Amino acid sequence: MKQRNSTLVIGASLVGFSIAVFLLSFFWTPYDPLEINPELSLTRPSAAHWLGTDENGRDILSNIIVGSRATLVVAMVSVMICMLLGVSIGVATAMSPKWVESPAVFGVDILLALPTVLLAIVLTAVYGPSTSTAVVAIGLALSAPVAQVTRREVKSILLADYVTAAKTSGSGSLRIVRKHILPNLRASLFVQASGASAIAILAEATLSYLGFGTPPPDPSWGRMMASLQQYLIVAPIFPLWPGLAIVITVLGFNLLGDGLREALDPTLRRQTD
Amino acid sequence: MLLQVRGLTVRFGDDVVVDDVSFDLDSGQRLGIIGESGAGKTLTSLAVIGLLPDTASVQGSIVFDGVELLEKTDAEMTLLRGNRIGMVFQEPLTALNPLMRVGRQIAQPLRIHRGMRMKAALDRATELCARVGLPDPERMARMFPHQLSGGQRQRIGLAIALACGPSLLIADEPTSALDVTVQEEVLKLIDGLVKQEGSSLVFVSHDLPVVATMTERVAVMRGGKIVELADTRDLLDSPRHEYSQLLIRAANSSDDDFLNLARPGKT
Amino acid sequence: MTAMFQTESLCRTFKLPRTRVLGAHASRRALDNINLTVNPGDRLGIVGESGSGKTTLARLLLGLDVPTAGSVSFLGETLPLADMKSFRRQVQAVFQDPRSSLNPRMSVADIVREPLECLNIEESHSARVDESLAAVGLSKEICARFPHELSGGQRQRVAIARALASRPRLLIADEPVSALDVLIRDEVTAVLSGLTTNLGLTLIIISHDLKVIARLCDKILVLHRGIAVEHGAVADVFRSPTHEVTQRLIASVPRMPVARNAP
Repeated sequence: MKQRNSTLVIGASLVGFSIAVFLLSFFWTPYDPLEINPELSLTRPSAAHWLGTDENGRDILSNIIVGSRATLVVAMVSVMICMLLGVSIGVATAMSPKWVESPAVFGVDILLALPTVLLAIVLTAVYGPSTSTAVVAIGLALSAPVAQVTRREVKSILLADYVTAAKTSGSGSLRIVRKHILPNLRASLFVQASGASAIAILAEATLSYLGFGTPPPDPSWGRMMASLQQYLIVAPIFPLWPGLAIVITVLGFNLLGDGLREALDPTLRRQTD
Repeated sequence: MLLQVRGLTVRFGDDVVVDDVSFDLDSGQRLGIIGESGAGKTLTSLAVIGLLPDTASVQGSIVFDGVELLEKTDAEMTLLRGNRIGMVFQEPLTALNPLMRVGRQIAQPLRIHRGMRMKAALDRATELCARVGLPDPERMARMFPHQLSGGQRQRIGLAIALACGPSLLIADEPTSALDVTVQEEVLKLIDGLVKQEGSSLVFVSHDLPVVATMTERVAVMRGGKIVELADTRDLLDSPRHEYSQLLIRAANSSDDDFLNLARPGKT
Repeated sequence: MTAMFQTESLCRTFKLPRTRVLGAHASRRALDNINLTVNPGDRLGIVGESGSGKTTLARLLLGLDVPTAGSVSFLGETLPLADMKSFRRQVQAVFQDPRSSLNPRMSVADIVREPLECLNIEESHSARVDESLAAVGLSKEICARFPHELSGGQRQRVAIARALASRPRLLIADEPVSALDVLIRDEVTAVLSGLTTNLGLTLIIISHDLKVIARLCDKILVLHRGIAVEHGAVADVFRSPTHEVTQRLIASVPRMPVARNAP
């Protein structure tokens, strides 16, 4: 009984679109995003400049296209960090004896309580604003919820008889993790990664907006919003573009995550028929 | 005729899970529905009480006390549930609200259907606790489900189902999750209460000996269909359908192995 | 003849979570002073209701848990053995729930092969897998299938095949047929019964269902709240149970009504 999973389709399309724009940025942009044309300051969308120009006469479309790099690179790398870190901590704590697990969980809970942006600001104050600082901060902050969810899932997997059977079959802990836990976590990990990506993108945009992320002159959607927002009343169409870019990408990853959960969970559930 | 089911068919999309099921139940009668897992017995009982999931499509007719149930809205069915039709489920832990004291849970149908005030309903709930054989009913009524044993929870489930004196009690595998000694007690309790109230009983189970002792008529289900419907006595002595024969033979032989050992003086 | 399993004053107590922050831990005695002997060729049934300690005993016998007091010995050596792999080769287990006893992500072949890989079995793994599946009445075609494609009875048989792969001398089955449909139960019970005759396995069956025990076992141990209340030959205990708990258990077994058309 297959039902069309529209969430997954829409999510995947939006994400695909963002990635396509990202790839495009390496090959072609309508104009050089950094090219300043003071005489073209704040022109409305036209045949020459499809999305218009910013206060320095830079082509907005080109900036959006290249700005996708900052967003997606930060998102992808920080998600990789948070997944690696979070899953490792989650699996390790779930399988540890109580005296190791309790303080570790406590530590994760503390990390969980720190807002991502706050952590980033602290790191930036120490190391200066840059893409890498943003990546590390976001990756670190997001590893906490991943660790928490992973730990819970691993604990429930550990209760299954097939893990007990693996033990009576002589399997050591490492093999159990490799053959029994990780494969059964796969679905959940995809879902978590999608969700984390959405948060990471939003976090990067927020950081850039606040000036803590990718420094100028590299284009960044968040910074574009910051500089264009002063024209919100007069000409809202300008901040609309980076805003829309952020919304579409975040929405895409969110829907992708939801769609994956819908698609993958029923399969798992069907097995317990 | 208290309950008349005709041509009941339940589908999930293209899957037919209950296929053209028909049976009658008179006042005070007891019908067993037996079959293996996936036979459609639970879904049939859920159809009668109107608790099928939204994704199910239902056809046919279920007439209860002269009223066609399949035409009723959910709101109208709510008036019947816990009132004229009561249901006991298999897993007592999930059938009860873990956050509400059990006395209050018994009181709920009384307040909803009989308009009783809280104090009066709680008093009656305590009486019902005693009636279902719980020792120290006042203390029991103030407990939460997790503080009770499986057997005790199932007695509470019965108290809730019978609170408003329903004319029909549906019991879906009520003792399958219980220890065998507790099962015996709970079955005796159901038997006694149903007799006292004069209610009709639909008893769903996969356990043939249990159904055989609790009911006068049995419907054997397989693959959504009723393959045989007969008086319990007749079914056990001379089952007609091949599947019924298989079930009865299996139950008898498993019984024999046990009884041959347990009968005193057997060499 | 050395006993396969011997337990001496075996106790297992569990600490319950604290109810107050600085309060003491309450404890629950799951097993108290169990003295059990299992000889080669025995078919022992361990019977009890929920909370009787039967699963705890199974875990202790399998070396999955450590006793609070007392000991478990296998062939004269106290657990845990220095060479646990050797122990695991000889003592295998089958669990209750066919839905969770097989890894949903592994094929039948991988599942049955696992003990061979972990326990460094030298025989040809693929030959062993085929033999084990045949021993439980499953054909080779099932090797590529996944658990969700199998019925409950098939899954339980795969679980038994997995347990047989290492040519164990003893099999512990924890409620092996309780979760199965009535007709399928017979098939799997027949498989288990055949194992003792064909492969000379020693069998320990844990069940709350006396009918299953009647079919599969010749000795019985009755547990109640962690204490061994009765033990002996199945025929003797069923015929003349001495302890009240055993008597109640036997009396509560649901029976088919009498007065059948049989002579």
